[in-house]
Amino acid sequence: MRTKLMELTGAEIVVRCLQEEGVEYVFGYPGGAVLFIYDELFKQNRVKHILVRHEQGAVHAADGYARSTDKVGVALVTSGPGVTNAVTGIATAYMDSIPLVVVTGQVPTHAIGQDAFQECDTVGITRPCVKHNFLVKEVRDIAQTMKKAFYIASTGRPGPVVVDIPKDITSQKAEFHYPETIAMRSYNPVIKGHAGQIKKAIQVLASAKRPMIYTGGGVILGGAAEELAQLVRRLGFPCTNTLMGLGGYPATDRQFVGMLGMHGTYEANMAMQHCDVLLAIGARFDDRVIGNPRHFFAEPRTIIHVDIDPSSISKRVKVDVPIVGNVREVLRELSRQLEASNVTPDQEALKTWWTQIELWRGRDCLKYDRSSPVIKPQFVVEKLYEVTKGDAFITSDVGQHQMWAAQFYKFTRPRRWISSGGLGTMGFGLPAALGVQLAHPRAMVACVTGEASIQMCIQELSTCKQYRLPVKIVNLNNKYMGMVRQWQEFFHGNRYAESYMDALPDFVKLAESYGHVGMRVEKPEDVEPALKEAFSRKKDLVFMDFITDQTENVFPMVPGGKGLSEMILV
Amino acid sequence: MRHIISALLENEAGALSRVSGLFSARGYNIESLTVAPTEDATLSRMTIVTTGSDEVIEQITKQLNKLVDVVKVVDLSDGDHIERELMLVKVRAIGKDREEMKRMADIFRGRIIDVTDKDYTIELTGTGSKLDAFLKAIDQSAILETVRTGASGIGRGERVLRV
Repeated sequence: MRTKLMELTGAEIVVRCLQEEGVEYVFGYPGGAVLFIYDELFKQNRVKHILVRHEQGAVHAADGYARSTDKVGVALVTSGPGVTNAVTGIATAYMDSIPLVVVTGQVPTHAIGQDAFQECDTVGITRPCVKHNFLVKEVRDIAQTMKKAFYIASTGRPGPVVVDIPKDITSQKAEFHYPETIAMRSYNPVIKGHAGQIKKAIQVLASAKRPMIYTGGGVILGGAAEELAQLVRRLGFPCTNTLMGLGGYPATDRQFVGMLGMHGTYEANMAMQHCDVLLAIGARFDDRVIGNPRHFFAEPRTIIHVDIDPSSISKRVKVDVPIVGNVREVLRELSRQLEASNVTPDQEALKTWWTQIELWRGRDCLKYDRSSPVIKPQFVVEKLYEVTKGDAFITSDVGQHQMWAAQFYKFTRPRRWISSGGLGTMGFGLPAALGVQLAHPRAMVACVTGEASIQMCIQELSTCKQYRLPVKIVNLNNKYMGMVRQWQEFFHGNRYAESYMDALPDFVKLAESYGHVGMRVEKPEDVEPALKEAFSRKKDLVFMDFITDQTENVFPMVPGGKGLSEMILV
Repeated sequence: MRHIISALLENEAGALSRVSGLFSARGYNIESLTVAPTEDATLSRMTIVTTGSDEVIEQITKQLNKLVDVVKVVDLSDGDHIERELMLVKVRAIGKDREEMKRMADIFRGRIIDVTDKDYTIELTGTGSKLDAFLKAIDQSAILETVRTGASGIGRGERVLRV
């Protein structure tokens, strides 16, 4: 006989679901449509709520939390403007395949479609930038829907899932039962790679004369860094990471040739262009990575592509050996079969290839003027790497500083580099750092940013104060939207249309007014002492305003529409 | 090339807009799209007629499969299949045109399903090109109104799309 379960309100059910999922933190902002849920959050203490200052910050913080752990990030926002403010965060997570569950309040069911106060079509607005979304219409559906949301967000190719819950549903009652497992006939992500394809891949790898291994965010998300390192070392091939893939393979290793792409290293881009066998793992050949696809095709090569998402394969680049599956599973199987098959690539050819790569590496494409009397932004990132001994979590905003952080901070572990790659969202860095710091309370967390980006979510300094989050902000201040200025210098005849930031705030005073520590650093010799002092203040958020060279550009650069080997070099 | 794609999807609110949104967001063509519930009330079947290169069609089927509401996708053009479309045409039918219109409907195996003293409404089924041919064959100035359902398709013989 079935015992009658206790009836709970929809709001209680939502909170119970979060507890059942083991959610530590919910990042959110209250409002009319979610008041019942907030009331239930108030009555318990298992799920901690982090009050942000803007809904965009809530989603970015949940995103930073998710990227730096392997957990699902959770955000809670109210209807209407709460949702529209959250959209930038949701789209950011979607482009980078970050698992999030975003619970949104909705006007009561009877008011839906009536242009009610703070009503918007949440499911419609978020549809193009979520992995999936739900509008819950019955209180008895909440538990099942929440279970599905967490399941969809975290499996297959991860992504954000929105659960929209009308206010009246959160006050109605239903029996609560949280399903332990869920099966959906329409959603069954592939895990194991096709054995025949893996066998084919082994043959191709064994035949390589100029091989290259190119890995992306999939290696990070799939938890496959260890498996990748094993395979790369066993094969002796060069390895490059995309912006999203940094930390997937240790940047300090000799076989690592640096990041590739628009601001990738000379050696990585040249090796990518001239290789005869390319093993792509959890990467998607996007426009910032391979440049002009026609130029990329001009050289014949055999491509093996491992990805959990079939639609990523042969989307921009025709692939010879597609392998759909979980990256970790496939890499394990590749290593196992390599072991068993006893094939070894042509060592003589490999040696010649490495000689060529070392010649490219000898070009020293990341060099910059170290004797400059003004602070070079690259120098700040190098010092940041030294002072933190490469052990910090680094978040970034978007622009030149992001590229310098990616080029000069040598990530040796996955989930340490937290950056908006796909959508390129300015304003991401600070709220993301907040989420990272909560997930790793004792770790060093630095947000590398610029004076333009930081102002897009500067209000989260207040959140950092409320929860005593000692994030270190490394502001590379050149008084320009640096990347915009760089493009204007290169491609628009030095006409700096609206890329100059006049009337900047005094960041030191601004930090202080939020209750934090501010520092202005204007000379190269002061950079290291400032960083050391900042990181010695274990309990303080320190905002370091580095006044850097206004004219510095990011090199190498593959201009838009050009091929990978057509770099502008310093 | 023209392709006719059939998909089974969860019969849920919003499933149609996920599909149409996908097509507009990624710039794929839709020539026609029809959808209705199946004998299993939890499933809808959709037929999409689209055009594109092999690469584009491959992406379309992959992207459709990726939608969480989509249970199964098949490109009917990959094999033998039957395709039908329904059209209702309201035509002016006065005087001697009345007889002529009736004859044309018969030739195309159409049926007159509504009659007034001034017009006929003709029901016609067939492939899209047959319907086009009918419209070309009759007096253009007699056409008052047309409505077409868009193509539905089904595989021949053993080819079955079901869960």
